[in-house]
Amino acid sequence: MTGPADIEPRRAWLSLLAKAPAASLARLWAKAGPAPAHEVLRRPEIGAVMARGRAGGSGAPFNLGEITVTRAAVRLETGEEGHGYVQGRDKAKALTAALIDALMQTAAAPRLREAVLDPLAAEMTAAAEARARKAAATKVEFFTMVRGEAE
Amino acid sequence: MYVAVKGGEAAIEAAHGWLAEARRGDPSVPALSPDQVREQLSLAVARVMAEGSLYDEELAALAIKQARGDLIEAIFLVRAYRTTLPRFGAARPVDTARMRPIRRVSATFKDAPGGQVLGPTFDYTHRLIDFALAAEGEPPVAREAAARAEATPHILDFLGKDGLIQQEAPTEETPPDLTRQPLELPASRPLRLQALTRGDEGFMLGMAYSTQRGYGRNHPFVGELRIGMVAVELDIPELGFAIEVAEVMVTECETVNQFAGSKTEPPQFTRGYGLVFGQSERKAISMALVDRALRWRELGEENVGAPAQDEEFVLYHSDNIQGTGFVEHIKLPHYVDFQSELELIRKIRADAMREAAE
Repeated sequence: MTGPADIEPRRAWLSLLAKAPAASLARLWAKAGPAPAHEVLRRPEIGAVMARGRAGGSGAPFNLGEITVTRAAVRLETGEEGHGYVQGRDKAKALTAALIDALMQTAAAPRLREAVLDPLAAEMTAAAEARARKAAATKVEFFTMVRGEAE
Repeated sequence: MYVAVKGGEAAIEAAHGWLAEARRGDPSVPALSPDQVREQLSLAVARVMAEGSLYDEELAALAIKQARGDLIEAIFLVRAYRTTLPRFGAARPVDTARMRPIRRVSATFKDAPGGQVLGPTFDYTHRLIDFALAAEGEPPVAREAAARAEATPHILDFLGKDGLIQQEAPTEETPPDLTRQPLELPASRPLRLQALTRGDEGFMLGMAYSTQRGYGRNHPFVGELRIGMVAVELDIPELGFAIEVAEVMVTECETVNQFAGSKTEPPQFTRGYGLVFGQSERKAISMALVDRALRWRELGEENVGAPAQDEEFVLYHSDNIQGTGFVEHIKLPHYVDFQSELELIRKIRADAMREAAE
């Protein structure tokens, strides 16, 4: 059994891989070295996930629309299973995510974190930060116009 | 009797060949790539995703190219593609309060925490054609400033704290899905919101405008309009926990409308809600106005017979794929139907002329 403490790091890397730009992941993965020996448990499959919102932002859930998602699963020769659930229709991305998920459960984890996950996270954070800085530049500063009446 | 008529294969093939050539246009002009559509016609992409009811920028961009820029045709292509996909599950509702907005404005509170953030807006532009865009130039660079680190709270929460506005109590009920079950009336608010968010932008705008002009007036203020990325969390059964499986841009509009009260509750503001895929604020504002108009029953208001209050009218006519399918199908061959009409009118005329002669 895995406890919540074990889940959190895995949840974090799977979420990162899911949202990562496919081209960046492919580039970093190619540099990280050849794929380990593995068996494909689930060939990459394209599907949809129904996204939901809430009425008024906080009320009853409603269906907002679907999102394309691709999933895949692998098992390494050493037995670790990896699952990839990624946004979009890129089958290679789903398979790469599954392989990284499996490898992150092995001794290769620190090397992969350094070679793939950290640069990926840095790139995505940088993009989000740049967006936030541009938004901040468009924040309205109001000036109070003093009316003519004497105090 | 139904009479099948064959023929036209060669004509259809030639027509599709010409369509392909016409789509490409003058070959001396460089071809348009889906990447260019995604990056440079991003608001068209947003509309196709919202009304196609499928968030996939690459797919929507390709559909726009294939449809020669006819957005309803592109939406049709996306809807058709969507039906081929297995559904992996339903995500947890997105938490729009956690969004770091690229745009966030309020027409009700000037000094709300987080401030008024204009974002990449057409507002305050002069709507003059910019001839400089026709020429190649250096890519423009947006200005930057120190970013806000903390989350931006919803502005209507401030009214909620004082009980001045009707609360939206969270529930965890599984919402009805009109892509799985036929639309049945009366519709619950979650079902209505699904229909509105994928409904035609033009129809929604017209309906919303009609409420402002007096057909079911509901006195709206935009309490808050925000646009930004939100994470979509999906429970993964084989893992036993949820991951953020996607990140999508949404536009959210919350309106503050005039009062309702009851024997048990003092008068308070009411609300309308819009949430749409992509940067689509015209649609989100329209959706909120129409949502509010459709809530007349639960808020104990009078049905004044306005079109925007008529759930059946709105929900059955908001879908542009259903609409275009039925409206446009009358151009297809109806030779046999028409033949019988022709015979009928000839007979009626002959009878009428005989009577006149007698």
